[in-house]
Amino acid sequence: MWFPGSRWGSRGDPPGDSGPGRQPASSRTVPAQDGSSTRASRGLEEFFHHIHGLSGLTLLDLGGATQQNVSFITDLGHRLYSENFLQILSEAVGPDGVADQSNPGRIEYFLRQTLDYPEGHFDGILVWDVLEHMAPALLAAVVERLHKIVRPGGYLLAFFHADDKLESVPHYAFRILDVKNLQVLQHGTRRPVQLFNNRSLEKLFAGSDSVKFFLTKDRLREVVVKA
Amino acid sequence: MWNKRRDEDPPKPFTPQVSQAATPAAASAPAPVTHNPVDVKKEITSVSSTPVSRFEPANSANSIGKSVKVVGQIFSKEDLFVDGTVEGTLEASEHKLTIGPHGTIQASIKAREVLVLGTIQGNVEAFERLEIRKDAKLLGDIRTARIVIEDGAYFKGSIDIIKPEPVKASAKPAAAAAAPTSAAPAPMAENRR
Repeated sequence: MWFPGSRWGSRGDPPGDSGPGRQPASSRTVPAQDGSSTRASRGLEEFFHHIHGLSGLTLLDLGGATQQNVSFITDLGHRLYSENFLQILSEAVGPDGVADQSNPGRIEYFLRQTLDYPEGHFDGILVWDVLEHMAPALLAAVVERLHKIVRPGGYLLAFFHADDKLESVPHYAFRILDVKNLQVLQHGTRRPVQLFNNRSLEKLFAGSDSVKFFLTKDRLREVVVKA
Repeated sequence: MWNKRRDEDPPKPFTPQVSQAATPAAASAPAPVTHNPVDVKKEITSVSSTPVSRFEPANSANSIGKSVKVVGQIFSKEDLFVDGTVEGTLEASEHKLTIGPHGTIQASIKAREVLVLGTIQGNVEAFERLEIRKDAKLLGDIRTARIVIEDGAYFKGSIDIIKPEPVKASAKPAAAAAAPTSAAPAPMAENRR
């Protein structure tokens, strides 16, 4: 879905096959025996559309290392960095340590543990759904750091639950099957620290060049941010 | 090749209780230096020769037990199983290196093939293949031709996929010829590096 607030292409770059008339992203899910499901992802497609044909890029995956993602990205000729963001977050502040997430010392420690990279180091970052597990102070620091370590014109792919009445949100592992499809495996649920609407997401990524939303049928907002 | 060690060593009973503990007696016993293809420089506490955990290394692998700590450089000319602690560098360029479930490595690693069941903190170069098993932990940058990561493994760092080095035609026949007749491992690694 193309949201009115999207500023995609504000520097004149073509948005590929997207546009105001574009149909909503398909998110047909196909459950598998191991509890995972396969779903189409327009956000993922958009992300890889922009690096299509390139090789030797440096990408960061914040969802931890999985065989599928490693194979997919390295097969494209890219260099992959991996960080298990939520695991480090749990170790740093505890699984429900929301209060500690506003402690400047903790924030600095967490950033050192997870995002201690040179400025402009990455061409793209797969953020997945980790940002909605963070309190405002930590989130702001993380987003600022993400913008710093991705090069200008690089892309972020982030997911947010669109239902703002959820008491718990599933915690997923996202595995890339191909440029359009993800295998999604639920690892449990977490208490959402924040839930986001379009407006709050635009505000969150206000420093970026453009923000593009895709609302899926399973109430997940896929956001592609151009730094 | 897999039977090479059996040819080298006389048959002896499996005595895990002796090998697991790095006892002073064991340390003071005559070290099989001439038969041990693992060159350990600097400090050496003890090197056990038998597997010490549920994970069974290949019979041909030399091993460092879980109660052993090595600080320095290790160059191995045959497959090596490390279930202890190593700080420094670890190199088995022509062979397979297995880090056992109790293994804790703070070292840069170079090997033909690396299998991780324990913990590595350091950069890893596996010329052919790197496998990180469930519950294993690797913090460092990886360069390898092929990587396998099991669900439940923890990895933090970067992955560079390299093209496998072309097999040197002259080396393999030499190794094949040496294996059945010679007890000493062929020093191929040193010649090539």
